[in-house]
Amino acid sequence: MSTLLTSTDRLLGPAPEYPLPHLEAPELIRLVEEAGLTGRGGGGFPTARKLASVAGHLPVVVGNAMEGEPLSAKDALLLARSPGLVVDGLSLVGAALGAKRLVLALGPRIPAEPVQLAARGTRVEVRLLPGGFVAGQESALVNLLDGRPGVPSDPRVPVFHRGVDGRPTLVLNAETLAQLALIARNGAAWFRAVGTPSDPGTFLATISATGPTTLRHPGVLEIARGLPLRSALRTAGADLDRVTGVLVGGYHGAWVPPDADVLLTVDDLARFRASPGAGVLLVLDRDTCPLAHAATIARYLAGQSARQCGPCVNGMPLLADALARLASPGTATTVTEVERLRGLVDGRGACAHPDGTARFVASTMQVFAAHVQQHLEGACDADPR
Amino acid sequence: MRIHVDWTRCDGHGACAELLPELLTTDDWGFPLVTGDERDPQVTVSLAGHARRAVKACPLQALRLVD
Repeated sequence: MSTLLTSTDRLLGPAPEYPLPHLEAPELIRLVEEAGLTGRGGGGFPTARKLASVAGHLPVVVGNAMEGEPLSAKDALLLARSPGLVVDGLSLVGAALGAKRLVLALGPRIPAEPVQLAARGTRVEVRLLPGGFVAGQESALVNLLDGRPGVPSDPRVPVFHRGVDGRPTLVLNAETLAQLALIARNGAAWFRAVGTPSDPGTFLATISATGPTTLRHPGVLEIARGLPLRSALRTAGADLDRVTGVLVGGYHGAWVPPDADVLLTVDDLARFRASPGAGVLLVLDRDTCPLAHAATIARYLAGQSARQCGPCVNGMPLLADALARLASPGTATTVTEVERLRGLVDGRGACAHPDGTARFVASTMQVFAAHVQQHLEGACDADPR
Repeated sequence: MRIHVDWTRCDGHGACAELLPELLTTDDWGFPLVTGDERDPQVTVSLAGHARRAVKACPLQALRLVD
């Protein structure tokens, strides 16, 4: 396993010495398709298809480093260590597509100075923007860049038809851009040398825990797709006896039970309705009550609503309340009430915020079903005090 | 043809659910709730007239027919 890990030091290492090649759109799209790169910002969409969707339309290209997920720190680290790779990625895509503008959008947690320095003398405009959980959603980001409130739009008109300045707009995550800058220099075969055939390459994972002694080395790691989850946890110095679950994919993600033999790939994580997403791994410590922690997350997510869509505004706080009642052992509440409210927010908003929250709550109820039963009987075996 | 709710516009007036009860009801807060499993439910030919009336009746133009 150690060879797998040392061969993943790609994104955070020294800057490449040789210059970025110029590629025309068809060459770039073919190269990225061969490499099999998927978006590293959460959605996991094939990058070649996103490029193809705006090719020939002189788009605006936006680098997304909003990093609104509180558990994620990988874009901040990437832009502190390797801002040149992200700027290169934007320049590469911009030149290939004949982009009208190249914008690199930085959320409030991203260090601006190294990025501004790296962008000097390039076509990349660095914009410092206010953040929030949904601010990195594509249409919210487009609205913010156009001077409107940074809230999502109805998805009927996708940003690749009409986005920034009313132009077709391509939004790519900062890490995706850095991966593109490396693929352009090193080729598709190099990219595929780590990872699995159907899910190649590396990704940046942010690993944190709910307890102070669960992990010896929390933080950001570059790991290969296909690495077993337990190996990733060991690399971060996890005390596996303390682990009662891992939230994969962040607050919109899903839980994986601690004993699961699961690989960090799209296909294998799908067994738990999880996905690598933006690479967030939250390790639940045995002293943390999963329901209390889930209720805190649901409360946070309710507070991050853009307050546009009725079911999200009305339903999410009530869903968080119901989870909080369930988290207090012996409080009379029903699992069916949590399920009912979850159903009332799922799929009923302009953006994926209610859907992601519903997925997280469904996973909590499923993976911690035995713990839910304890609470209904007035007990909880994770006593933090 | 499908019926689509623009949630950024919808204020829960409820006219659509009254005019198109075959596809829409209302939730706890008066917002349209699709009776089936689809996010944007399919509108059959026999319901097309009712669907068009529901779209016209929405005071916030939050309801749309989409392909």
